[in-house]
Amino acid sequence: MISAVISLGGIGLGAAIILGLAAKKFAVEVDPKEEAILEVLPGANCGACGYPGCGGFAKAVVAGEADPSSCTPGGKSVLEKIAEIMGVEAVAAEPTVAVVICQGDNQKAQDKYRYLGIKTCASAQMLAGGPKACPGGCLGFGDCVAACPFGAIEITAEGLAVIDREKCTGCKKCVSVCPRKVIIMTPKSATVHVLCNSHDKGPAVKKYCQVGCIGCMLCKKNAEEVYAVDNFLAHVTYDTYDHEKAKAGMEKCPTKCIRDFAEGYPEGSTFQS
Amino acid sequence: MELKTFRGGLHPPDNKKWSEKKAIEVCPLAEGDELVIHLSQHIGAPAEACVKKGDLVKKGQVIGTPKGFVSVPIHASTSGEVIAVEPRIATAGTMLPAVVIKADGEDAWDEGLVGGDPETMTPDEIKDKIKDAGIVGMGGATFPTHVKLSPPEDKKIEYLILNGVECEPYLTADDRLMLEDPDSIVEGILILKKVLGVDKAIIGIEANKPDAIETMTKACAGKGVEVGALKVQYPQGAEKQLIYALTGREVPSGGLPMDCGVVVQNVGTAAAVNDAVRKGIPLIERIATVSGAAIAEPKNLRIKIGQPLSKLVEFCGGIKGELGKVIQGGPMMGMAAVSLDVPATRGTSGLLLFTEDQVLKEPEGPCVRCGNCVRACPAFILPTEIAYMSRKGMIDEAEKLNAMDCIECGCCTYICPARIPLIQSLRQAKGAILAKRRKV
Repeated sequence: MISAVISLGGIGLGAAIILGLAAKKFAVEVDPKEEAILEVLPGANCGACGYPGCGGFAKAVVAGEADPSSCTPGGKSVLEKIAEIMGVEAVAAEPTVAVVICQGDNQKAQDKYRYLGIKTCASAQMLAGGPKACPGGCLGFGDCVAACPFGAIEITAEGLAVIDREKCTGCKKCVSVCPRKVIIMTPKSATVHVLCNSHDKGPAVKKYCQVGCIGCMLCKKNAEEVYAVDNFLAHVTYDTYDHEKAKAGMEKCPTKCIRDFAEGYPEGSTFQS
Repeated sequence: MELKTFRGGLHPPDNKKWSEKKAIEVCPLAEGDELVIHLSQHIGAPAEACVKKGDLVKKGQVIGTPKGFVSVPIHASTSGEVIAVEPRIATAGTMLPAVVIKADGEDAWDEGLVGGDPETMTPDEIKDKIKDAGIVGMGGATFPTHVKLSPPEDKKIEYLILNGVECEPYLTADDRLMLEDPDSIVEGILILKKVLGVDKAIIGIEANKPDAIETMTKACAGKGVEVGALKVQYPQGAEKQLIYALTGREVPSGGLPMDCGVVVQNVGTAAAVNDAVRKGIPLIERIATVSGAAIAEPKNLRIKIGQPLSKLVEFCGGIKGELGKVIQGGPMMGMAAVSLDVPATRGTSGLLLFTEDQVLKEPEGPCVRCGNCVRACPAFILPTEIAYMSRKGMIDEAEKLNAMDCIECGCCTYICPARIPLIQSLRQAKGAILAKRRKV
């Protein structure tokens, strides 16, 4: 009995000594700054910064390769903390949020066929360009919802994707996963957006959607600097954004496809402005 | 007669009784009817239109020229005026380039069509005539026949197999052709034998067509063509399965029938080859079965290429009950059409109309690992595994599991108790693998 205790105890002690020595001899040199930065990062490993996970980003910042403001989910608070650790000045980038530029849910927009296959946007899109008659509108199967690491997107009961502007961190994962390219990045300060993604001519759009852009250009005529119309589709020119002018143009839209998110989210959404 | 077969597959109800006794009728074409002839009705490069709006054309005249070797010309199915050369709706709802002809009611043939004597023609001359006639695989795959008849020098062909199996449920077009015009098929087979330089030809027919087996056996007697009766099993009519059943040879993974010395042609293709070579007639019409619970009078029709499906429905007594789904081809591998305005093409072997309550609307459930799909798969791959890899985007793994060997027969999807759309995932995997290979 005693011999068992002694031999096992001896083995345990021996292992502990070996491990202790190995820990010292084979220790990995980690820059304490890297660890400090990793502490303050959001930890979502979303890849918005362009590096492999928060660990990759921390390493790149210390190496001087990454711009500290690349961590869009971290926002201003994380940027300031990184700047303090690195001893540099915090230069914040303008926060951006993703917007789904479509309001054509299943009550407002028509389908060209009934889709009974795998319920992902990517699969539906592969079948003759998707079940929606509109070539650019949101399909509503939620590939964006699955991709969003922050739970900022919902699909309304009528099948339209809507993004919560407060939860969106600008990581762009939804933009890359959407097969219709109906999600765009916009400066958070701009709240008026043209919610349509179809370049079809007016009469064609009217046939398949109640709230599509018909390319009438009334928005642009009333607010020259804030709107541009490109191939029968209007969009807000965000670098020359002016809220009052944007609203003036919005008021003139005959199909009501322009919305001010400060006043409310698209119909069916549960998000509050 | 001993019934040969292959491993795997399954036996859906064949539903042939609705139309198998109906003799072929010609679907009428009236003056003023519009024919929409798409420029791509075959595997390979689309044809290029060589007529313009306002041109007057004759029946059988070339209206689209082939682009490259794997391509065929397109012909006018009747005489009339070209009223448009523009994109028109195709089966799945995409707009594809087409030549639209308004029939003048004369149905007058192009005078330039001339036949030949296959006895005196060389194989290359025969192949040229086949290409000029726009002959493509009539089983529905629409692969250019002249390409299939041109295997590379090093591939020695020993067998010509004719596909009279028609394993898809509901379809009875090939059955009726074998019963009503067996001689044109046999004459076509003799021409094909000469082109390929083979002396062994076998026609495969499933045992649920005993009359066709009898008729074809009589027609082939003494001509160096045999008939092989096959056990009724889907997909016996698939090339690789047919070759195995009749010759015992296996097409290697990733290979083609020529790799084991075989060329397979549909019986309808053989008949079309006969018409093209002996009479100079191009492929402007074909036989299609119109059937299903939602059509008033199921029939076998001789249709003109370019006739809208609505015309076929009209001639068959119209829609019965609440229409739920329209399929061009058979129910296992056919394609659902978005509307009846879609025109018939060279590959339209059938038009099936199903009622709303026949449409499967059950949502899919999780895979229960029952193994039904693996047992049923005639290509010996693992549909459930490959579908899983496909959905996760693991394309390299899907490739290692031999996804490219999938023949898209639909057995797995049919038998899955969880209602998982397996073929959709498999097709996506195959598409992703091909895209990946193109990039490398």
